[in-house]
Amino acid sequence: MPSLDDYRGETPAWCPGCGNFSILKIFRDAVLELGLEPHKFTIVSGIGQAAKLPHYLKCNTFNGLHGRTLPAATGLKLANSGQTVIAVAGDGDCYGEGGNHLLHAMRRNIGIKLFVHDNRIYGLTKGQASPTTPDIIHPKNLPFGILSESLNPMALAIAMDCSFVARSFAGDMDHLKETMKAAILHKGFSLVDIFQPCVSFNNINTYEWYEQRVYHIGPDYDPEDRVGAFRKALEPEDRLPLGIIYRNNRPAFEERIPVIGEKPLVRQEQAPDMSKTETALRDFY
Amino acid sequence: MFMDYTIKIGGEAGQGAQTIGDTLTKVFSRLGYHVFSHQDYESRVRGGHNFYQIRFSDRPVMSSRKKIDITVAFDKETIGGHLAGQAETGLLIYDSGSLKEHYEGPRFIDIPFARLATDNGGSRIMENMVATGAILGMTGIGPDLFLKTIREKFSGKGEDTVGHNVNSARAGYEYATHHCPSCSFSIAPGAEPNMLIGGTEALALGAVASGVKFYAAYPMTPSTGIMNYIAGKAADFGIIVEQAEDEIAAINMAIGASFGGVRSMTGTSGGGFALMTEGISLAAMTETPVVIALGQRPGPATGFPTRTEQGDLQFALSVGHGEFPRIVFAPGSPEQAFYLVNKAFDLAEKYQIPAIVMFDQYLGDSNWTYRKFDTGRLVFTDYRLRGDRFASLTDYKRHAYTASGVSPLAVPGDAGHVVVTDSDEHDEAGHLVEDAETRVAMINKRLFKKQPLIRSEMAPPLLYGNENPKIVITGWGSSYGLMKEAVDVLSVKYDIAMLHFSEICPLPLTDKFDYVKTLKDSSLSICFEQNAGGQFARLIRAETGYAFNKTLHRFDGRPYLLEEFTGDIDALIG
Repeated sequence: MPSLDDYRGETPAWCPGCGNFSILKIFRDAVLELGLEPHKFTIVSGIGQAAKLPHYLKCNTFNGLHGRTLPAATGLKLANSGQTVIAVAGDGDCYGEGGNHLLHAMRRNIGIKLFVHDNRIYGLTKGQASPTTPDIIHPKNLPFGILSESLNPMALAIAMDCSFVARSFAGDMDHLKETMKAAILHKGFSLVDIFQPCVSFNNINTYEWYEQRVYHIGPDYDPEDRVGAFRKALEPEDRLPLGIIYRNNRPAFEERIPVIGEKPLVRQEQAPDMSKTETALRDFY
Repeated sequence: MFMDYTIKIGGEAGQGAQTIGDTLTKVFSRLGYHVFSHQDYESRVRGGHNFYQIRFSDRPVMSSRKKIDITVAFDKETIGGHLAGQAETGLLIYDSGSLKEHYEGPRFIDIPFARLATDNGGSRIMENMVATGAILGMTGIGPDLFLKTIREKFSGKGEDTVGHNVNSARAGYEYATHHCPSCSFSIAPGAEPNMLIGGTEALALGAVASGVKFYAAYPMTPSTGIMNYIAGKAADFGIIVEQAEDEIAAINMAIGASFGGVRSMTGTSGGGFALMTEGISLAAMTETPVVIALGQRPGPATGFPTRTEQGDLQFALSVGHGEFPRIVFAPGSPEQAFYLVNKAFDLAEKYQIPAIVMFDQYLGDSNWTYRKFDTGRLVFTDYRLRGDRFASLTDYKRHAYTASGVSPLAVPGDAGHVVVTDSDEHDEAGHLVEDAETRVAMINKRLFKKQPLIRSEMAPPLLYGNENPKIVITGWGSSYGLMKEAVDVLSVKYDIAMLHFSEICPLPLTDKFDYVKTLKDSSLSICFEQNAGGQFARLIRAETGYAFNKTLHRFDGRPYLLEEFTGDIDALIG
């Protein structure tokens, strides 16, 4: 079994008080409790404050391009379906720049665990609106305010029949840890939208603001009821449900690819089969 | 005299020019003849005007000719072109019943395609078979192999379909043998069957034969055929093929899969390649091998979606922000495509860089014949650090400094070590850094150390023709066959040679063959490119200081026919 020391990474360059610190700590606890050794999983990330997370841990890391986390993670998961592939992104990275990829990752139901650090603002570029920024915030670069409707990631994911849709809060450590563990253990694509206060650029959605609104979804809630899940996802913002809002048992994309069969692609013979090549050449006569 | 005939089939999209062309080229190559075919089509599924042109001979052919011996017209536009002298001499077959027009003269042969098809139990669609049979009847090539080819082609569709197709074909054949008094073709004896392969298929097969395990792409002409071919081989060879949501996803998926430990590739055309530019830069920064097939078509923007151009060379040479080594190959034939995509994979893996294999619609859709491809010439070395070899290391750093600049490329998960990489500037361990020293050391590693090694791998251009030429025609990529045949034609008059580049970036050294000296020693050098700006000529001037005496450009989206090309070269020689 690994110990907490096995996951120790570089010193974070986040702002003091950033919600990312607790997400990092909880993530480490979650993988430790799952016994997931550092080389057995890969974090794929893009660009943004959240995307730096794998550097502050010890694990396989592919820190790629802004918005392109999910395609890179998809390629990796298809090449090595035996790896646990975790995608870490911010709201701008995933819901903005990479929105198209999110739709298609949910359609595929590829076995990627996506953790979105949703601070509802652009941090790294200093305070512009993200797709989830509430319209009471007035970013400097939008002189007439935020005119676009805020994106509801939970409702979007349910509409896409995403197989695991959950929400948690950086300030609710036990809940976040259990949600992360459930997401990692889920087969298929899982989306965890994590409320994360940004102490530098979002003075609306603060720890206090969330604490006044969040509540745990009760045990009598049925996350497999899609219509009920929609209702839950569409609740007004004065009450913010935390928990698994929707889940289903769609088979994972990689399970449906016959080529993967018994072994991940990367464990199969990598050298080309020359006798099959000769057969393929004979088709041209 | 050599046998050298050309057949052109013209009609609206969906009328079957493709079916006839594919069938005839197969029959000719199986009879042991050499074949070259090219296609001209519009960006539409039905209607418009398309043609398929086939040249067959008893010696190797690798370009299309202007002189047409038999034209098959399914539309009036084909006939209009014929009358306007676009095709020299030759016979034309058509169905006056379908075209509702009758043409007088000994060159016009009216064959009731539709009636012969329906009379023989088939539907009108089988007029393709009637026409194909008629062409063979006109040439005097026996029908046996043709009928066998039809039986094979339709064997999966039931005995009735086979029977109707065979009967329609036979009816066309018989009709033509009795109704073409002016037919007098001298058909050379056949030989061992040749293989017939198109540029797209050869490139895709080359990838399969190089151990590609992952191919992601978004459909775009003229690259889609690569995805189709590899998809057809996916189950047999154990390859994952994924249609990505866009080209950005395609390249990032390929890079992710390559990071995961398998040979990965994507393919696209100019517009999609534009979307891939950031990804190519990512492959360079993370030192993740990836092969990209770039099928050119005329731009800017959507341009001519189904036509041909060599307009993206400078784009490929500079694609991706930042400075990094890359490979650019441009095969000139299906055979070169087959071997060069193999070399692209080998070097991409060896040096952990992006490798771009350029082609264009003309090469992609052209069929060539060969005796065989030699799989013994293919190379496969697994450069990756896997399994026990990886596990036996006491320490691992993904981007460790080495003498060659090449760091060990390990497969994540195969050992207790972690594999870390970053699109940010990073240290040896792969973690992001801000310091100046590491930045300089990493540029030294990625660029300055690797670049000369990569350059030394490049093969020099091919000199064909006179060994001490007074006139040198230079070109790159798909112009190979055209230039080679032009040299054959013009060498009667001139001390002429072709200099053909298929390995373009890094530009080959001159130590094995001093091609710059060959150019300097000539009295006239002409650089031919299927583009407006002379992109290759600019590259040669920038890299070697040599400026061509003259340049020849074509940028109307259409390939040169041999007579047009030799005429234009002749005019430049003056």
